[in-house]
Amino acid sequence: MYSDFPGDRLPESGSAAGRTSGEPVVEVRGLVKRYGAKTAVDGLDVTVGAGTVTAVLGPNGAGKTTTVEICEGYRKPDAGTVRVLGLDPVADAARLRPRIGVMLQSGGVYSGARADEMLRHMARLHARPLDVDALIERLGLGSCGRTTYRRLSGGQQQRLALALAVVGRPELVFLDEPTAGLDPQARRSTWDLVRELRSDGVGVVLTTHFMDEAEELADDVVIIDAGRVIAQGSPEELCRGGAENTLRFTGRPGLDLGSLLKALPDGTTADELSSGVYRITGGVDPQLLATVASWCAQHGVMADGISVERHTLEDVFLELTGKELRS
Amino acid sequence: MSTSTRGTGTSGTGTSGTGTHGTGTYAPAPGAAPLARMIAAQTAFETKLLLRNGEQLLLTVIIPSLLLVLFSTVDIIDTGADRAVDFLAPGVLALAVMSTAFTGQAIATGFERRYGVLKRLAVSPLPRWGLMTAKSLSVLVTEVLQIVLLTVIAFGLGWSPEGSPFAVLPLLVLGTAAFSGLGLLMAGTLRAEATLAAANLVFLLLLVGGGVIVPLDEFPDAARSVLGLLPISALSDGLREVLQHGAALPWGDLGILAVWAALGLGAAGAFFRWE
Repeated sequence: MYSDFPGDRLPESGSAAGRTSGEPVVEVRGLVKRYGAKTAVDGLDVTVGAGTVTAVLGPNGAGKTTTVEICEGYRKPDAGTVRVLGLDPVADAARLRPRIGVMLQSGGVYSGARADEMLRHMARLHARPLDVDALIERLGLGSCGRTTYRRLSGGQQQRLALALAVVGRPELVFLDEPTAGLDPQARRSTWDLVRELRSDGVGVVLTTHFMDEAEELADDVVIIDAGRVIAQGSPEELCRGGAENTLRFTGRPGLDLGSLLKALPDGTTADELSSGVYRITGGVDPQLLATVASWCAQHGVMADGISVERHTLEDVFLELTGKELRS
Repeated sequence: MSTSTRGTGTSGTGTSGTGTHGTGTYAPAPGAAPLARMIAAQTAFETKLLLRNGEQLLLTVIIPSLLLVLFSTVDIIDTGADRAVDFLAPGVLALAVMSTAFTGQAIATGFERRYGVLKRLAVSPLPRWGLMTAKSLSVLVTEVLQIVLLTVIAFGLGWSPEGSPFAVLPLLVLGTAAFSGLGLLMAGTLRAEATLAAANLVFLLLLVGGGVIVPLDEFPDAARSVLGLLPISALSDGLREVLQHGAALPWGDLGILAVWAALGLGAAGAFFRWE
């Protein structure tokens, strides 16, 4: 009865491609949320495109969960506008809820319920749920057997929470730290599921502390600190833009670096770190690598141990948010 | 949002554009189930969990049954009735209502709140009022089972009730409403552990001081007039007026229960915290 999906228009598997160019699924403008004197979210703007995986990164207390929970309709913003699937998460909650899937950071299940029971129950609350048995199989929850939730392992509880988020076949899922506490196999399996969701046209917003997770999964990364977005872009863009990359090689000592720099793009720097050890920093790309190699050839330099150090998302993250520990 | 451009680094493993092909398994097809089906499913699920919970059964089934059998067969308390069971059965029915609507519901809901069940359900298609309706229905289903069981035991002990079932019904409904309001108020404001302790303590105190097995006449006058205003006293007294003495409708007791119901449900509505 809350369905916005006409029954005769069940989406086909190919519908994903059509959605990617559509309206943003999440649009947040000037979001402010205060708890007493503390400002948790401080003028945050973010847009999530349809059919994408967006990773929200940030130190503890940056405002990630608060922002996501406002999008889920749990809290009212103190200022700013939030639209999820074009709807106001609080005012239009009844229409929005059936269309989104939510994975909480922890809990959410009756302590005396078994995994399959809880999943079947959540499926019953939806009009066209996924096949529960297939989902149990897919997420390896079959081994939970007759164990009640409170006795499941942390990893099993996480996978059940993920299953609960997707069982209603939502258009958009919010996953709060979906792989926290998972072993490597379960983590990979969760990543695969996120990729399947995206290719089937489900929008995914996830928060995470794992940089490799964001690099693996995300089309877009949003870095939040002190309640604001301090960087947003694809992992590649952030790694390129946030910090320069470095190329190192060894050769004979005392090369004429001025001559080398003339061959390289403006803004590139070169120095001899120690006798015969050279470092070039700037936009290190295949073209630059080729230029350096041919310059060495022209000057009879046997360049040795050429290595490219590419900045990881973690470097960018630490550079942007600082390295000191947060309380 | 910018379209991602491939990076130049060799270790880049971003998956934008890589070829995971959708199988269509997860293709969106959102929608809520019909409201009646959601409420029925929620009621059935909560009732099943409750009936499977050993502590809850102890409270709602075993203690009332034992008290009924024990005090009906062993002459411990002067009930003033010809047969003790005629006095005890209405009191134990009142106790059954309290154990489910107040104690059991408070403890279960308190832990649901603590474990994020209420939070998770708040973003499910089931609206909040639907959840509360399901909880009430689950309480009523449990009470029906309790009443059937206790009535059978009481008949086995020689109970011969008076009065009309239609006079019993409004007492049970108002009593359930009053105890539910108080139980939800406790569950929605205290920590789960505090709710567990307090709900059991209140259960015990009201069992002793609410005219369930000990007639209020046994208490001093001053205490009796205060104890008589408790919801458990009003419910056990009202049930006794009908079932033991054949009264039509005990308006005084119904009035007390109505006031408790209004206060409890009103306060629960105002102060209940979902997280």
